Amino acid sequence: MNFFCFGLNHRTAPIAARERFVGHTRSKALLRDLGCREVLLLTTCNRVEIYAAADASIASEEIAQSLRIDGGTSTKNDLEAFYRKENAECARHLFRVAAGLDSMVVGETEILGQAKRAYAEAHASGNAGPLLHRLCQRAFRAAKQVRSKTQITRGPVSVGSVAVDLAEKIFGDLRGRKVLVLGAGETSEKTLRALASRGVSDLRVSNRTPARAEELASELEGIAVPFATWLEQCREIDILISSTAAETHLLTPRLLVPILRDRTDRPLFIIDIAVPRDVAPEVNDFDGVYLYDIDSLREIASESRELRRQQLAAAEAIIEEHVADFQKHLGLSQSGTRSTKECPARVSGELRTSEL
Amino acid sequence: MDRQLLIFAAICYLAAVIRTIVSFRARIFRRSRFVFLTIALGFLLQTAFLFLRGHALGSCPITNLFEVLVFLAWSIALIYVLIGTTYRLSLMGAFTAPLVFLLQVAALLAPIDIPRASPIAPNPWLEFHASISIVAYGAFALACVAGAMYLVQERQLKTHQLHSIFYHLPPLPNLFSAMTRLLWFGFILYSAGLISGFFVNEPLPWTKIVLAIAIWILYGAILQGRYLRWMAPRRIATLCVIAFAVALSLLWSIEFVGHRA
Repeated sequence: MNFFCFGLNHRTAPIAARERFVGHTRSKALLRDLGCREVLLLTTCNRVEIYAAADASIASEEIAQSLRIDGGTSTKNDLEAFYRKENAECARHLFRVAAGLDSMVVGETEILGQAKRAYAEAHASGNAGPLLHRLCQRAFRAAKQVRSKTQITRGPVSVGSVAVDLAEKIFGDLRGRKVLVLGAGETSEKTLRALASRGVSDLRVSNRTPARAEELASELEGIAVPFATWLEQCREIDILISSTAAETHLLTPRLLVPILRDRTDRPLFIIDIAVPRDVAPEVNDFDGVYLYDIDSLREIASESRELRRQQLAAAEAIIEEHVADFQKHLGLSQSGTRSTKECPARVSGELRTSEL
Repeated sequence: MDRQLLIFAAICYLAAVIRTIVSFRARIFRRSRFVFLTIALGFLLQTAFLFLRGHALGSCPITNLFEVLVFLAWSIALIYVLIGTTYRLSLMGAFTAPLVFLLQVAALLAPIDIPRASPIAPNPWLEFHASISIVAYGAFALACVAGAMYLVQERQLKTHQLHSIFYHLPPLPNLFSAMTRLLWFGFILYSAGLISGFFVNEPLPWTKIVLAIAIWILYGAILQGRYLRWMAPRRIATLCVIAFAVALSLLWSIEFVGHRA
């Protein structure tokens, strides 16, 4: 019995193609009918992949068809977007995927949870047998090791996640923190959403155009406040995200001094996304005030991306160790094909022993 | 035999320091079980030393500056081992290890292990006063460590230069809370030590009393500043570091004056 991976991802196919082959409730049953003894379907917003074990080779066209949700016929163009990896190559691929090395944002950790859920689902539905069990457990171990032995997952890589990381270092717990968004733009909205995902619940939006403030506030379940009162709001809030189109500084040290008098113990985190800047840089000199403009946020994100890139070689080395070890344990030859001497029953027996 | 125990303890602390430096250089800085375990082992070796020395002396082993330094290093290690896990501040070990190591090396290298010419008559109040005051110093030392961590973290946030350590240091409020708790803990112990000093029933040099009260006032003022919110957390952190440096110098002076007196 050999195992293989078949699928497409953000690099090989655009979203329009990926959404046609996202798989459906009958996909696994169809694959079993095609001769797969074990099947696991991994679907995320960036990839659709089948991991399966079968006694005989199954045509790629048939597998692609089992994933197609609209019932249409796949063209040659459609099929070119798919990749197929067998045995050791398949193991390497899954290990890399689980470790986040194959992700759009290298080192992201969400994929490991998604892979674990996919395995749990396959296990619960009886579609995952000893081979997939072994493959997945090894992939999770490899991913964990990559995470702990390298810094591939370290550091935020987007403006929103940089803001969240900084806010957590300044405030500890973000629950109950108050945020004011001054001016509504795409980046400020993303940043606000990122903060809301970590528990910030008091969201206030202020804009020169009240309708726009109302709109964003209702989208984020926050409240719109009149633009004329934004400075007064600064007495209460913890985080200010500013992105207005003002041509001069809106917040200057002179305006901030009276506000800071009442907040000795309460830091103020200011994220100035506007160009030209809304907040005078001197504001950062005050105790307890942390001012970041768009350039500083982008620089931190880019440093993290660079660091992750530097860690790739170390992460790949760990993956290779696991692939070699996995090959050895499963009796795969150096070329990556499975030895015919290996008996599935023996693998199953070994597995039971290792589980005990 | 007893000095050998201290040498081994110093090696443990040195291992923790080296591990910290290696982590810094490799830019992989995270909580380390190794650092915690080496400090814990160093602490056990010091405990064995203090036990043997105390047994031989028949009293608490703080009869000369050498023993005082060892006892202080032991107190710092004790409080670190106690709070290192509970406050989720195990990273403190990375900052604590160099301090304990330096105290330990200073104790071992300086020619200060001079036995007292005349044996000291047992005086439980004196022993209580001295030992609890040193444990208070241990708490102040760790408040200083937490303060230093706070300043490192705060500086990175202010300058936008985030190093590897940034992602592994606790958030500012956690560090600040640890710092104030340690300050209170140290202050209460120090107050108890100071009060017990009046029951010692032995003539004390006035300089010693004045310096001891000066340290008490210094820490009291920091806590008062914190309580009344006169000072921003960064200033409290800075004061924690300065106050410990001052207190340590005064402790040295107290010993020096004590011996001369």
